[in-house]
Amino acid sequence: MSDEIFKRKIAPHFDSAYNLARWLTHSDADAADILQEAAIKAFRFLASLENENSKAWFLAIVRNTAYSWLRKNKDYVDIEETFDLAAPEASAEVQLSESINAQMLHQALDRLTPTYKEIIVLRELEEMAYEDIAVILHVPLGTVMSRLSRARAQLKKTLITLGVTK
Amino acid sequence: MNKSDSTLSNLLKQNREHLRYQMPSDLTNRVLTSLPVQRKQERHFLSLLTIGAGMMTACLALVLSFQMGRLSVGRSSATDEIVAAHVRSLMAGHLSDVVSTDQHTVKPWFLGKSDFAPNVKDFAKEGFPLIGGRLDYIEGRVTAALVFRFNQHVINVFQYPASTAEDSAPRLSTQRGYQVFYFTHQSMTYWIISDVNAADLQRFVNLWTQ
Repeated sequence: MSDEIFKRKIAPHFDSAYNLARWLTHSDADAADILQEAAIKAFRFLASLENENSKAWFLAIVRNTAYSWLRKNKDYVDIEETFDLAAPEASAEVQLSESINAQMLHQALDRLTPTYKEIIVLRELEEMAYEDIAVILHVPLGTVMSRLSRARAQLKKTLITLGVTK
Repeated sequence: MNKSDSTLSNLLKQNREHLRYQMPSDLTNRVLTSLPVQRKQERHFLSLLTIGAGMMTACLALVLSFQMGRLSVGRSSATDEIVAAHVRSLMAGHLSDVVSTDQHTVKPWFLGKSDFAPNVKDFAKEGFPLIGGRLDYIEGRVTAALVFRFNQHVINVFQYPASTAEDSAPRLSTQRGYQVFYFTHQSMTYWIISDVNAADLQRFVNLWTQ
């Protein structure tokens, strides 16, 4: 019974889960392990999933699992270091070059800290609603807005450093 | 969202397929077959056990909630408010209304704005410099908030006059990844909250109550 519910409600989000875990860990093998671990946790706690968005619910588990993995990894840089205070001005207006391609975007996105990277991945690549992102990141809606704005500013700044703007 | 944000957003969307990592095609099946699916008989037995255990837990929880409800509800909702106030303060421009590393500038700022004189201290030498203060509104009362920094982390110290003159020992709770110390010291109630680890925050609390 519960495996049917799992297949119907959770399995369709495996690709999004893998994408998020892969961006956070930089490794195919780790992303696969995280997906597996998160799936087992989700399966165990399936009864606690009620009317909420099952994708947001599952991605929150995936994110927690990925962060536990990051904490165990010795190369891990303190995720809390990416303090909102230290962030660039959100309103920075720059001229982005039309010659920006997928490779440049990939490189710039990969240079962001996990906090900024994940919010761009969730919003722009997974096309999640702000409310769902708030559930996944476990922060208030206002924080989603302000953090996303700073993440975009940081991404633009990185694209400029990569020399791809006019 | 300004113009360059929209441009950026469009660029990301256009390149979405290139930027998204595709999982290996066999991974879904590998994950699904690894799930701890129980066999039928086992499940039947387990569900009986679960129902029994569930009923016992429910009874116990009911009794406990009667005993503890009145004590804990007040403090946990206050903790929620403190966490919310802390998080709010971290959003741009909300941290300090008076920005100063000088306690003799910060303390007078509160006079005339609150009906009590908050204690203002500075532990820059110990690694916790004062960076400012502001007024906040918690549990229906005006509260003084002092802001300290520890490495890249922010510590908020909320304080208001205590309803009792007795000191109470600092008690630590963790909520949404934040460490929160709650105590009464020299007729003031304090809530000290941060995302620094519990040991460093304890050190800060010790300095405060010295």
